[in-house]
Amino acid sequence: MNIIVCLKPAPDPKRWDSIQLDPLTKALQREGIPSVLGPLDKRALEQGLRIKEKHGGKVAVVAMAPPSAKDNLLEALAMGAHEAYLLSDRAFAGSDTWATSIVLAKGIRKLGGFDLILCGSYSLDGSTGHVGAQLAEFLGVPNVNQVVAVESIAGEMLRTKSIVESGYRILETCLPCLITVTREINTPRFTSLFGVIEAESKPLITWMAGDLGISPEDVGFSGSPTQTGDVFLPEMKRQVQMLDGEPEEMVQEIIRKIRQALG
Amino acid sequence: MNADYMENSEGRTQGTLSQERETSGQAGTSTISAKICENLRPNLEEWKGIWVFAEQEEGCLSEVSLELLSAAKLLARKRMTEVSAVLLGHGVQILADQLLSYGANRVFLVEHPALEKFSTLPYTQVVSVLIKKRRPEIFLLPATSLGSDLAARVAARVNTGLSAHCTQLDINDKGELMQVVPAFGGKVMATILCQKHRPQMATVRPGVFRKGEPHESRGTIERFPAELEPGQLSQKVLEIQRQKKAVRAIEEADVVVAGGAGIGNQEDWKWVERLAEVLNGAVGGTRPPLDEGWISEGQMIGQSGKTIRPKLYIGIGISGVIQHTVGIQDAKVIIAINNDPKAAIFQSADFGVVTDFRKVIPLLIEELKKRNNPSA
Repeated sequence: MNIIVCLKPAPDPKRWDSIQLDPLTKALQREGIPSVLGPLDKRALEQGLRIKEKHGGKVAVVAMAPPSAKDNLLEALAMGAHEAYLLSDRAFAGSDTWATSIVLAKGIRKLGGFDLILCGSYSLDGSTGHVGAQLAEFLGVPNVNQVVAVESIAGEMLRTKSIVESGYRILETCLPCLITVTREINTPRFTSLFGVIEAESKPLITWMAGDLGISPEDVGFSGSPTQTGDVFLPEMKRQVQMLDGEPEEMVQEIIRKIRQALG
Repeated sequence: MNADYMENSEGRTQGTLSQERETSGQAGTSTISAKICENLRPNLEEWKGIWVFAEQEEGCLSEVSLELLSAAKLLARKRMTEVSAVLLGHGVQILADQLLSYGANRVFLVEHPALEKFSTLPYTQVVSVLIKKRRPEIFLLPATSLGSDLAARVAARVNTGLSAHCTQLDINDKGELMQVVPAFGGKVMATILCQKHRPQMATVRPGVFRKGEPHESRGTIERFPAELEPGQLSQKVLEIQRQKKAVRAIEEADVVVAGGAGIGNQEDWKWVERLAEVLNGAVGGTRPPLDEGWISEGQMIGQSGKTIRPKLYIGIGISGVIQHTVGIQDAKVIIAINNDPKAAIFQSADFGVVTDFRKVIPLLIEELKKRNNPSA
């Protein structure tokens, strides 16, 4: 099976508290915060690897990201992916989900045919959860979002269990298709030292806008249907009244406040 | 909007459900190139009206659909236009009446056996055709699993912008929809605009808007044919497994007791559960308890989880990072208990107690039990 996993390296959440907003330019300052593969990216890759181990084939990873994301792709190769493709161009900066999906679709077309594409159900930073479905739309394949289990792959049909508010749905989808995965689906493997060494000799290819036949004005800031306007750091301030005293006193106070709240 | 695109896409969209097999790279590339070409700027003047996608399951409208009607009404007033609800299904006429009573001026009703259960491709097909025919300026959908799936696919099909999990919606001086969304887990809020494309699409989570009061409806129901060709289905819903609601829904409870990383271990988590129980409330939590498995996804409160507005929220061992507090900012009363006096949660609380929760919560539970049951 030809399996493709889409990854989105994003700033490390452990360092998000250091993200600053320049009050004048309204630009986000995120220098010095390294990018990481999110837990859902890893789960998508893990699932791809497991499917390949069961059904044969290969796993390619694709990311639209700045050049610094090479390290994240090396990690993916170390986990077991066969080849990595970095779609990177200044023109891609500022892409919304529509433009991102166009770029990914062009990149995946360039790779050739595929049987299954896996993505995390949402990224760490933007967290829209929309790219999977939009990418599937541009590639003309069905999608299944928020998959918690791949139940079977047989005769060009994929059976999955996915989340809905009321519980789960079991869907049967024709291949080729795209799925997005949730944290429930698996526990990703760690990279081994051997994997890290092997990764260095696996193909890691960078494609720019020109390689993909994309004109800069069709993507990025200029081509995206949505634009980001005002950006602000929200504040949620209430006038806190601290309660203190011995535990028994605190408990009585708390009970008073509970009563007041519930009227 | 772009009738040409439909032709260009090699019969993939209009009126067919059959699976497009991946052929040569050539053919595929031209489809995507066609998409880029069709990313044209429509004549904005021709696009009017605020639409809401009404999500229904098994003959019931979801609450969030009615909440979105309230939001749509506010926007419609500012844009001096009307609200329409989009309802797909089979045998759901009665829901159309309900939508009218909650403020829709019009319901676009599309009924077909194939639409009885939500399925991405048929729903995307029907909604996209409706959009191209009737040209709304704004289209709101619930940020539920199915709503988000539909929104994303439709926005891609009709080549427009889509924002996710809006926490605020308003109209600016240019008559554009301002869509406020969280990023970086809610640490940053951004206002998104979709200036040159239509419709301006946005998804909104349940609980962000309040549903209004129903009144006598004066609107109309407009039926639309589904235009679905029977053919080989590329996707089938085999089964829907309803999960028994073993846990109380946090978005419906008057009282929510939530725990965070500060609880420390599974054993001590029971104090959160017991306090919720004695207050007849629901149990919620932040991301670390979810990662630990003390709560399920549906109990997580915050930017990536649920927005709640209980009468009383008690947060125990929660540091109060913005990713979480965005989910509780509309709670009536917030009581925070944390042994770190510098915890951010105290900035977002009405009442704060700096203490090891183990010293206070067991006692609190005892006292509340006594008051519940004075004879015991």
